[in-house]
Amino acid sequence: MTLARRALAIARKDLLAEWRDRESFTAMVFFAFLILFLYSFAFGGDQALIRAASSGLLWLALIFTSVLGLARSVQWELENECLDGLLLYPVQREAIYLGKLLGNLAVLLLVELVIFPLFAVLYNVDLWLQLPKLLLIALPGTVGLAAVGTLLSCMTAGLRAREAMLPFLLFPLTIPLILAVVRGTEVVMRGEPFDLAVPWLKLMGAFDVVFVTASLLMFEYLVEE
Amino acid sequence: MSGRRVERALGLLAAVGLAIGLCIGFLYAPPDAEQGEVQRIMYLHVPLILVSYLAFFVVFVTSILYLARRRERHDAIAHSSAEIGVLFTALAIAAGSIWGRPTWGTWWTWDARLTSTAILLLIFVGYLMLRALVDDPSRGATVCAVLGIIGFLDIPIIHMSVVWWRTLHQPASILRPGPPTVAPQMQVALYANLAAFALLYAYLLFKRVRLEQARWELSRLRMEVAG
Amino acid sequence: MLEHAPVIDTRGLVKWYGTNPALRGIDLCVAAGEILVLFGPNGSGKTTLLKVLSGRIRPTGGTARVAGHDVGADGDRIRGLIGILGHGHQLYEALSARENLTFAATMLGVDRPRDRVSTALARAGLEAVAQSRVRTFSSGMKRRLALAKLMLREPKVILLDEPYAGLDLEATKVLEEYLLASKAAGAAAVLATHNLTKGFAVADRLAILGHGRLVFEGRREETSVEALRELFALHGEAQETA
Repeated sequence: MTLARRALAIARKDLLAEWRDRESFTAMVFFAFLILFLYSFAFGGDQALIRAASSGLLWLALIFTSVLGLARSVQWELENECLDGLLLYPVQREAIYLGKLLGNLAVLLLVELVIFPLFAVLYNVDLWLQLPKLLLIALPGTVGLAAVGTLLSCMTAGLRAREAMLPFLLFPLTIPLILAVVRGTEVVMRGEPFDLAVPWLKLMGAFDVVFVTASLLMFEYLVEE
Repeated sequence: MSGRRVERALGLLAAVGLAIGLCIGFLYAPPDAEQGEVQRIMYLHVPLILVSYLAFFVVFVTSILYLARRRERHDAIAHSSAEIGVLFTALAIAAGSIWGRPTWGTWWTWDARLTSTAILLLIFVGYLMLRALVDDPSRGATVCAVLGIIGFLDIPIIHMSVVWWRTLHQPASILRPGPPTVAPQMQVALYANLAAFALLYAYLLFKRVRLEQARWELSRLRMEVAG
Repeated sequence: MLEHAPVIDTRGLVKWYGTNPALRGIDLCVAAGEILVLFGPNGSGKTTLLKVLSGRIRPTGGTARVAGHDVGADGDRIRGLIGILGHGHQLYEALSARENLTFAATMLGVDRPRDRVSTALARAGLEAVAQSRVRTFSSGMKRRLALAKLMLREPKVILLDEPYAGLDLEATKVLEEYLLASKAAGAAAVLATHNLTKGFAVADRLAILGHGRLVFEGRREETSVEALRELFALHGEAQETA
């Protein structure tokens, strides 16, 4: 059985488990929405200011929220020693990482798909026409976030201060993604020529390639005893 | 015992080097035409940044070696180098801040290089915190090795993204090492201090690694007694 | 007398966790069709030994061969050949019994997964609740489901860590039937427990682990529950459940 088949099975298992309760998904959507809502008060209701900063606010909200999903995904494996169970199957370690990555990625993308329209409503921006381009920007950024996030969540699993450590490690490492995805979103939302976003897409692409590869190579060392 | 001798020799060299470097920097080199005496902080700021990049490169290499070979020595060097790197980076940022205040009126500028350095500091402070939180030393070494590797791999990407971010948003206020044409005496001062701080790094690293290896030796002895 | 090479063979097996010696030189042999029951208090190294035998962790010293493979070099290969029942039942609570088994079947790479899953559910007496979420199960049912995972294949080596913990009557029956069936099929099993009575009843060979060392090893005929209880008391507490 191939690596891809098994990775997909793990991702499918995660998504199935998430679909059952929808705990994590609901919490993430709600949290992201709440942050977006609160920003308005932080900016003193200055609409012009908020609109100017809207791309950044959107992605900050989504990144804060991502931590919830990433932590939860690892939490499942720690309950009942499921991670040990996974490691005892005759499955390559890369498949486990890849499976968790795909699961996290899918959840993050779904959250984004729900948040984008809510964002458009709250901040009074016209999103509909721009949606395909926005997704083009969002995808590599989310892949990078999921790649590093999955690795880090496995590293911080079971630690005493893991709720604080995961974001503290994740955010500085993903700053390039944040810069890229925010600037790309700005380009799209302001109707600027898409060429301006291309260098940022390339940056995110490079980030994704480097970190997915590095994580695949290192995951085995991370889980062996 | 030769370890102690090497340590002492390095310490001496570092002390002498620093003395010479600081003299050259603060006495021999001419003051900057625009910025005046304050510009001399550059002779601390720039070498500190460069040597901390060296320190994190050492973390990167020894982390890879640790994952591949699982020898404690590599982890000892990685951990020590990360500590010193964090110290030097913090000092570099402090120096940059002190330089910035009289020169541009602010304690902090979102200058590309300063920002990248600050991000680097955050990543490697995270490294040290992670180490402190993991009880099992072997697990801690493994987890930190992975972090050390991805942290270092991120550096060029961070740097590129921050530079693009700055040039696209506001005119750059880069901390240039002095006027466009750097006077030869200033160059001498720069290189002298670079060498001096590199020696200081080597001395601190050597000392710290010896301490770490003594710790491992102690645990090994405990193992023998217990077994 | 053993005609064939033992399926499980350890010589001088050592495992250190940092400065903590979990195993200090273990010599064990288990032949095909034999059940070795390992007694020992908590912290004696039973779980560590099982983890080494399963290829999950690498030994610090000594050698161990399981089903013809070396645990240090060939840990991956070994995982494909053994069945293991761990401490935690390793089930996903949000999924149903059938979904858990289907996932396990995919991970184990069994052929005809659907048939195997149905058979395993039947053997464990769980067909009625196959579609129910594991969260709703009693602990006995969860243990049965964990056993059902083992039944998806016929492994040559079976490792069980505290299999009697949390079992109700039905689950105990399923476990005992499973052990007998596997023995008849020629599997070698190592069962770690601190339940002296139950362990003694199913054992062909017995061993006691104390602080990472073997303090006793022999065939069932050579000893008795009382003798074991004394030895046990010397090296730690026994936990007896009726």
